[in-house]
Amino acid sequence: MNHPANPAAPETATAVQYLTVNLAHEEYAIDILAVREIRGWTPVTRIPQAPHYVLGVLNLRGAIVPVLDLRLRFGLAREEYTATTVTVIVTVAERLFGVIVDAVSDVLDVRPDQLRPVPDMGTTVDTEYLKGLTAIEDRMVLLLDVDKLLQPQDAQMLEAALPAANDVKAVA
Amino acid sequence: MSNAGLAQFQQVFIEESLEGLDTMESSLLALDEGGDGELVHTIFRAAHSIKGGAATFGFPEMASFTHEAESLLDEVRGGKRAIDKPIVELLLRSVDCLRGMFDRARAGQPLNDAVSDGVRGELAAMMGREAPAQAGPARRAGDQAEAWMIRFQPHAGMLAGGNDPLRLIRELAGLGELSIEADLSRLPSLDKLDPSECHLGWNIELKAPVKREDIAAVFDWVEGECELSIEPKPSTVVTPVAAAAPAPANIADAAAARGTREASAESSSVRVAIDKIDSMINLVGELVITQSMLDTFREDFDPARLPLLQQGLIQLARHARELQESVMGIRMLPIASVFNRFPRLVRDLSQKLGKQVKLELHGEQTELDKTVLEKIGDPMVHLVRNAIDHGLEMPDKRRAAGKHEMGTLKLDAFHRGGNIVVEVSDDGAGLNREAIVNKAIERGLIASGEGLSEEAVGELIFQPGFSTAAVTTDLSGRGVGMDVVRRNVSDLGGTVTIRSKPGQGSVFTITLPLTLAIIDGLTAAVGEERYIVPLVSIVESVQLKPEALKTVVGGGELFRFRGEYLPVLRLHELFGCDGAKRSIEEGLLIVVEGDGSRVGLFVDGLVGQQQAVVKSLEANYRRVQGVSGATILADGAVALIVDIAGLVRLHSRRKAA
Repeated sequence: MNHPANPAAPETATAVQYLTVNLAHEEYAIDILAVREIRGWTPVTRIPQAPHYVLGVLNLRGAIVPVLDLRLRFGLAREEYTATTVTVIVTVAERLFGVIVDAVSDVLDVRPDQLRPVPDMGTTVDTEYLKGLTAIEDRMVLLLDVDKLLQPQDAQMLEAALPAANDVKAVA
Repeated sequence: MSNAGLAQFQQVFIEESLEGLDTMESSLLALDEGGDGELVHTIFRAAHSIKGGAATFGFPEMASFTHEAESLLDEVRGGKRAIDKPIVELLLRSVDCLRGMFDRARAGQPLNDAVSDGVRGELAAMMGREAPAQAGPARRAGDQAEAWMIRFQPHAGMLAGGNDPLRLIRELAGLGELSIEADLSRLPSLDKLDPSECHLGWNIELKAPVKREDIAAVFDWVEGECELSIEPKPSTVVTPVAAAAPAPANIADAAAARGTREASAESSSVRVAIDKIDSMINLVGELVITQSMLDTFREDFDPARLPLLQQGLIQLARHARELQESVMGIRMLPIASVFNRFPRLVRDLSQKLGKQVKLELHGEQTELDKTVLEKIGDPMVHLVRNAIDHGLEMPDKRRAAGKHEMGTLKLDAFHRGGNIVVEVSDDGAGLNREAIVNKAIERGLIASGEGLSEEAVGELIFQPGFSTAAVTTDLSGRGVGMDVVRRNVSDLGGTVTIRSKPGQGSVFTITLPLTLAIIDGLTAAVGEERYIVPLVSIVESVQLKPEALKTVVGGGELFRFRGEYLPVLRLHELFGCDGAKRSIEEGLLIVVEGDGSRVGLFVDGLVGQQQAVVKSLEANYRRVQGVSGATILADGAVALIVDIAGLVRLHSRRKAA
């Protein structure tokens, strides 16, 4: 895994590029190395037993890719999708998934020394999905921890695994 | 990078060598049955090329090990030594050791281990040379000790074989006082955890003056499904030993070797016959020609040339289909690679049990999808083991029954109506109806055995309740782990059935789809959504009148279908879709069969029939219960493929909840 943006490694003073996206009037940034492509919003196929923020799956040139709505993920109300609504396809540990955001805006260079830890703001957004924030001129940008977005995987996995383990009993 | 280059060659070397080892093993087995001297040359050549390759590709340990085996073979080849059982035995164990070394080489672990050192010592001793420290006497050293250290590491698939580590540990506890330490090192992170796999290992200290064989006997059932070492606790060895050499019990090394072999079965590359490639290249050529022909229509289209366009499209469709078949053909491999592991298994098992077994293989050239092939091995091992263990009788019993002392075990593979059928048949005692029925009553599966057909009795042993049966009762043992076999096979989209005649034997029939990659399915509409229902699981579809529906207490619905009452599964409820038709006469009931039971699947209607290319949901997401995968429809949208067996389980769980 190459995450040069690790704030604990100050010796790598080279800047890391981030794709910034807009969500509910705030600006978030995604490590550009994790971004595969950006697509307009297209309807997806719903999947059963999915968490509410996973809208469904889409066909990405033959691969079946789950798509999550970042607003729903962060506990915000769902908004109408507009012409600027996009699906950012990201890849984490060789898995692909799509993240729906209001719009993409920019590409930023962030040097490690520009990274600040996220203070506990008591905001709508749980800070566990953020790996830091940075100020670019007078804009505040929150760096998303993409790895954690499809989480809490552990709880989900457990939920998915447990019924399977119980099957035998239920059938018997 | 040159390193990456060498690694790539190593990979090829390992795969070729594993084939060489298979050759050595099968030739050794043939020798054991009185094959001709030419076999010795074959074995020698295989060993020789492994040795050469090992030295070239940087595995000196392997080269020197093979050298010992080769020297012994050379003496046999040169007529200095007659081939006999002990030599064959030792060479077979050498093959196991080498397999283990290759697996460790793949995993990047040290190549030598206690087992291989031991066998190497034996090879040297056999040739009359002074063996390295742990030869000869050391092997017998730990036969009795005051306390034992047992390292027990089940393979991930052990539970699938119907064996429970807990049971083994309990059995060990019966021998004496245990102190146990769990080895969590193989435990994956929670998101990768598959609860049906065994991830734990145990280091067990047993304080009891018992013999090694007594401990080994506990693990008899899991031979091949675990790594096991049984060593005397150093300070307590009764007989003074020169070197406290690790001398794992026989069962352990054979088990470890065979187990790792199974684990490594899922290799990352495939060898393809050159004519398959040639025909594919031809087809691609044709396709390109057709495409360039169609390309001429792009500019200035003349309606007069319409017939030509139609013809071109027909050609295109044909090429696409042929190419598809051809590409699928690459994934098809002869089932021989699975069958080949059985001569050894049968030999070892029959020796251990004191039974005489003749193994017949038929239809080894029948081709199966590689994915299916890799997954069918374990259920088959289970069936074969089961047939020898419980199906075939001891020689004296057979003689008393007027049969030949030597039992026959037959493995057969053939095509039948778009499916592959694999049969495991024995001419043993057949199912003991009475014992099975009694067991089933005891387990609460049935109320009484009256009026049960032979078929229904056979069906009982596949029921989950049977798998938990105590292994100790010999007769009921027939059912141990059969539900797991059935589940493994049904995961592949196949079925298992059993036919049995008392006194004449049993036949287990596994029916498998040709490939997992493409299935035939009906597209069913539920509200705005479309689902693919696999054609293999569909019995028929019916439209019901409301009065045909009966409700039972607790909200369940039943309908009458050909004299039986089947439960109704409403897909929109199970999958939580909107806008579906609610009333029974508006929609359609698809009668489907999964996991041995029939249900009616309620949907809005059927859209059509199509071939679906199966795509994994797990690749990027996770397993969804009741869904076996996804496919892409002609309009590019994704449709989910319904997993009937999973759906039935989902339904019964909801009902139970």
